[in-house]
Amino acid sequence: MAYGLIRVLDEQGRAVGPWAPTLEPDVLRHGLRAMLLTRLFEDRMFRSHRQGKTSFFMKSTGEEAISAAQSMVMGPRDMCFSTYRVLAWLMARNYPVIDLVNQIFSNEKDPLKGRQLPILYSARGYGFYSLSGNLGSRFGHAVGWAMASAYKGDDSLALAYIGEGSTAEGDFHEALTFASVYHAPVIFCITNNQWAISSYSGIAGGEETTFASKAIGYGLPGLRVDGNDFLAVWAVTEWARARAKANLGATVIELFTYRGAGHSTSDDPARYRPADEAKSWPLGDPIDRLKQYLITQGEWDETRHVQFEAELAEGIRAAIKEGEAVGTLGQSKPPVSEMFEGVFEHPDWRVQEQKRELGA
Amino acid sequence: MPSMSMIQALNSALDVMLGENPDVLVFGEDVGYFGGVFRVTDGLQKKHGLKRCFDTPISEGGIIATAIGMGAYGLRPVAEIQFADYILPAFDQLVSEAARLRYRSNGEFWAPITVRAPYGGGIYGGQTHSQSPEALFAHVTGLCTVIPSNPYDAKGLLIASIESNDPVIFLEPKRIYHGPFDGHHESQVKPWAGHPLAEVPAGHYVVPLGKAQLVREGNDVTILAYGTMVHVAAAAIEESGIDGELIDLRSIVPLDLDAITASVRKTGRCVIVHEASRFAGFGAELSALVQERCFWHLKSPIARVTGWDTPYPHAFEWDYFPGPARVIKALVQIMEA
Repeated sequence: MAYGLIRVLDEQGRAVGPWAPTLEPDVLRHGLRAMLLTRLFEDRMFRSHRQGKTSFFMKSTGEEAISAAQSMVMGPRDMCFSTYRVLAWLMARNYPVIDLVNQIFSNEKDPLKGRQLPILYSARGYGFYSLSGNLGSRFGHAVGWAMASAYKGDDSLALAYIGEGSTAEGDFHEALTFASVYHAPVIFCITNNQWAISSYSGIAGGEETTFASKAIGYGLPGLRVDGNDFLAVWAVTEWARARAKANLGATVIELFTYRGAGHSTSDDPARYRPADEAKSWPLGDPIDRLKQYLITQGEWDETRHVQFEAELAEGIRAAIKEGEAVGTLGQSKPPVSEMFEGVFEHPDWRVQEQKRELGA
Repeated sequence: MPSMSMIQALNSALDVMLGENPDVLVFGEDVGYFGGVFRVTDGLQKKHGLKRCFDTPISEGGIIATAIGMGAYGLRPVAEIQFADYILPAFDQLVSEAARLRYRSNGEFWAPITVRAPYGGGIYGGQTHSQSPEALFAHVTGLCTVIPSNPYDAKGLLIASIESNDPVIFLEPKRIYHGPFDGHHESQVKPWAGHPLAEVPAGHYVVPLGKAQLVREGNDVTILAYGTMVHVAAAAIEESGIDGELIDLRSIVPLDLDAITASVRKTGRCVIVHEASRFAGFGAELSALVQERCFWHLKSPIARVTGWDTPYPHAFEWDYFPGPARVIKALVQIMEA
């Protein structure tokens, strides 16, 4: 299973094979909502960046099924150690869109007080660990979290994301070693979206073997799954979660997908890959595929979809308007005294003096 | 009160904390069954069990990443890095993660971890078992850096570090693990037994971080030191007959600035002593602070006595090490200036 590709949704939008989960239509519609909301929000915020309303933005276009399904499979007390392309995790848990907007605008109501780059969220109450721009460096935190939870007799599991490019970091191998040695209840997810900025997955070793197969050397199970297949991602994650819950240890999941957009607002993908490559991606679009499945099941139709999309877009427009009223980047920011808070639990004399020096 | 070496005092601190607080875990390379290469964790696994004190893979980055995750969950992990020289694979974890977590998450997560590491020279350990990297950590805001100089402080500072909600780098000068080394390497090694600061209470007590210790009162010159150099400086004062005021900083972050400035304003002279190499060493920061805050009280330029700006050498250990002769020379020069 580390070398094949686990799929459920076929080309005709049917759920087939041994991994097909049985899910209520409302659950599926909630998943579709999280994915659509993510896509619409990110497209809209990307435009906000082009309008100069924020400094930086990144989209997860084409990868929405992964974190939407996993957020729904994992429990409210589980912790996600995220990358910057898993916004659907928060959307699936109904994180307030206005808080995302305020964080991206770094305005007065930014929940992270203007201290962090746009989209590097932290949302403990939503099972979302503090995100950072360093790649891979939280992978091992998930192991520590899972070990701590197990030590305390708690049932909070950890799920960690890393990109296929960052599997080359030492953090990846260290985390797998520790998880293996201590049988930590953690799920390691490698989102293989084929591209690390401009480097194709072969630069990370993707032409020599699969990323899921890296698990084998650590004595861990590795599963390779179609990351654009909401149902397959759901089923595989459920399997890994049950394994962790039963105290059988960690699982590595390679989520085979495609980065539909550029790396960030700072690059033009046409400079390093064919402009039409995204259209040629054979595994399709995750939103279209789940939508098609719901339609096949008689639980959705085009009219409802168009109406639904319009409703979500309206909600997003309203949230962005509300955020813009507070202020976009540079127009509004938290009190500058916030720059000096949270460096230590209690500020030492340096921080206090410098705060006074700035007149904050 | 029991008499303890620094090893025993550190062991006692860990023993007390493991006994009192189920959230404290102790781990690192060779830390569990074997009890650590310097024996600091000796007997702890046997007494407190495998879940509380355990061996880790040889992976400093993995050790610290695991500790941070545990800390974020709510435990108080105490990780050992076998030698401070080996801490660099974990540097990214300490700088980019432990030091920043509270700040970047607006207090949603933090890393109450203690990272212990034997440090410093004087044991013929060569380049990879002798270095003093404290300035690297002092420069990173969000980290505390603690360096004890005696058994009593070692235990109280380690307990304070474990109880701190900020990440603490706890550097243990290995040359004074067994006795107060004054830099006279040709002399017979003295044990801690009989030293007043080897009288260590058996139970829980705290030496707060950020409070320097006035080791010797004097009127002519302030000597700022920490770790092994406290003993070297004390010997230099005694042998030179110069009325030096010796301050043991105990922790360089947080730094007891008031103790430093009060002393230099009184004496008008300042000599800074550390084992680490000089250029951009912690002495540079101390020198800048004293200059900025005590300039009009100074009777002579501030002096630094430090390791040379070379890698830590093996055969030249005692040429590199800032021993009493070099400290005395600096004291004499500053008095003549």
